[in-house]
Amino acid sequence: MTGGRAAGRPGGRVLIAGATSRIAQGIAAGFARRGYEVLVAGRDLEETGRIAADLAVRYGVRSRALAFDATDFSSHQRFADALFQDGAGLTGIVVCFGLLGDQATAAGDPLAARRIVDVNFTGAATLLAPIANHLERQGHGFIAALGSVAGDRGRQSNYIYGSAKGALALYLQGLRQRLSKHNVTVTTIKPGFVDTRMTYGMPGLFLVADPADIGERAVKAILAGKRVVYLPWFWRFIMLIIRSIPESIFMRLKL
Amino acid sequence: MNPAFPERELGGWGRFPTARTRVTRPEQMAALAELVTAQPGLIARGLGRSYGDAAVAPSGVTLMTERLNRFLAFDADTGVVRCEAGVTIEDLLRHLLPRGFFPPVTPGTKFVTLGGALACDVHGKSHHKDGSFSRHVSQFTLLTAGGNLLSCSREQNAELFWATLGGMGLTGIITDVTFKMKPVECGLLRVDYDRAPDLDRALELFETTDQQYTQSVAWIDCLKKGRHLGRSVLMRGNWAAASDLPEGNRQTALRPAPGGRLSVPFDLPRVLLNPLGVRVFNSMFYHRHRTRHGMLVSYEPFFYPLDKIQHWNRLYGKSGFLQYQCLLPHAGAREGIIQLLELLAREGHASFLAVLKRFGDSDPNQLLSFPRPGYTLAVDIPRNGERQDVLLDALDQVVLKAGGRVYLAKDARMRADHFRAMYPEWPRWLEIKRRIDPENRFSSALSQRLELAG
Repeated sequence: MTGGRAAGRPGGRVLIAGATSRIAQGIAAGFARRGYEVLVAGRDLEETGRIAADLAVRYGVRSRALAFDATDFSSHQRFADALFQDGAGLTGIVVCFGLLGDQATAAGDPLAARRIVDVNFTGAATLLAPIANHLERQGHGFIAALGSVAGDRGRQSNYIYGSAKGALALYLQGLRQRLSKHNVTVTTIKPGFVDTRMTYGMPGLFLVADPADIGERAVKAILAGKRVVYLPWFWRFIMLIIRSIPESIFMRLKL
Repeated sequence: MNPAFPERELGGWGRFPTARTRVTRPEQMAALAELVTAQPGLIARGLGRSYGDAAVAPSGVTLMTERLNRFLAFDADTGVVRCEAGVTIEDLLRHLLPRGFFPPVTPGTKFVTLGGALACDVHGKSHHKDGSFSRHVSQFTLLTAGGNLLSCSREQNAELFWATLGGMGLTGIITDVTFKMKPVECGLLRVDYDRAPDLDRALELFETTDQQYTQSVAWIDCLKKGRHLGRSVLMRGNWAAASDLPEGNRQTALRPAPGGRLSVPFDLPRVLLNPLGVRVFNSMFYHRHRTRHGMLVSYEPFFYPLDKIQHWNRLYGKSGFLQYQCLLPHAGAREGIIQLLELLAREGHASFLAVLKRFGDSDPNQLLSFPRPGYTLAVDIPRNGERQDVLLDALDQVVLKAGGRVYLAKDARMRADHFRAMYPEWPRWLEIKRRIDPENRFSSALSQRLELAG
């Protein structure tokens, strides 16, 4: 493995955690198209089974469904250990689970707020802790996770979701520094608006991207060992502008 | 977790008529099951390629199935494939043609879902040999009004099986379909083009030599009158063998052809579609196609000539168009086609080429499936206001008198009493519909217009 590049050898094995979102399915398809075996993990076994079958038929690769719950924190160590047990190892993992939730509900209900943080941040932190240790020992591989442009600046309309995604980005940043010495790349993916069930029917969206296309671009970025990638690319500049608005002015905006 | 059911003005491929409807697009099976029990007035919609009002639920919810499009199983030895209803013919071509399999039956566009193909029981150029799509379907799963998933086949829930084939989505939501793909050695056909100067010659060619071909269709110039009435070009062919191809091309023989890049970016003004322009186009088409035999043609231009041009329906302008497709049983076919062509030519409705095809046998168990032995004629008619309804009603009368029928997947305006006269099996179908969906939870603009309800 050459430095900086993720262990992108076709024939490898990739885990998609939280595989039932449409972006996750796009990412899974991107790896399967390149010949990777894809492990499809999620709570809804009926659904993950269908996704695994689809990858196997469309791309002629091995694929199977695994039971996984992002908020069953105490199960994550066991789940990670089992992945490395058979000696085949893991080329990499993409954390795709997330929960947008409802800001207004979460602002009034502490448990709803906690659920958003649990799914978007705590679950990722507790899953990636043991995975990172295994990949470090393995000496190659990649870790990637879906952040969000909402995590780049706190906004009144979605700061609970945004703060959890922002925390995830910080976590990945630290992990990236630690694992860089061990030939493991860490990629933070920040999609803008994507046409999925999370956003379906929402008013006021613009530049909405196709999830299959976002998935394919995400896989390219992961395999190229990119650190932080905005999808599509122009969101980097939109967020640059939004981040650079002084707080005194930002307070008065409706954003 | 869908936050809303956004409202939209929605029509079919012909963009006439349109209606306000709420839309939703489930991405998971669990979400689909919830919708069915929670929302009355539902109809499933695949890629919206039926021409009329079959896939719109006015005052209800139109359920887009495009995200329920997973392949579930494929057996490369037998060609049997099982997939969710949102999988399209294009998906089948992309993933299974490289492995030597072609859809068993394909309509004139690859942009249709399997759910739609089943609900309309589509046919293609091979009907005289292969029948309609349903002949190749061994099983499908139906989500019924009660929220149950029922496996339907010729052996299990057989009544529901037959009522759903051609049942226009009114018996429930089709969730997955199992059918058998056709083995092919390459993606090309050996095609014979035969010019027929008039209708009698065209019919003679169909009657005498159709059995030599697995694929057969005629393009007919319906602006011609008098002794040139029915002037047409027959295009008939068989799948080529790999050994038919030049040595160097065999490697790529099963590669899916690249998709179309052309697009009609906006509605064209109707003036471009004037009768003179169409007359010239139709004439050029006839004279360009000389009688030639044994041409090697890729499946893409042979089966899907219009798929190259995205949004080709915009050619007909904002007011949309109708496609009139009818079937005439053999006994009255010649007489009926002549009357239809005369009516169309007299009105001088600017219409590009029409399609004529000879159908083969149909299954006696079929209820609302369109194909029956005889001839089918399909013609595009630009929407032209109410004056046109007189012409269309006159066409219906000819079809009725010949003991024929109009294809529901194309229909946008037929009267309920005409429908009942054309589809004598409707009481039997309605009886099954009432039993499986007593509250009429599944309904569309088409079912309301044709009184296909409880």
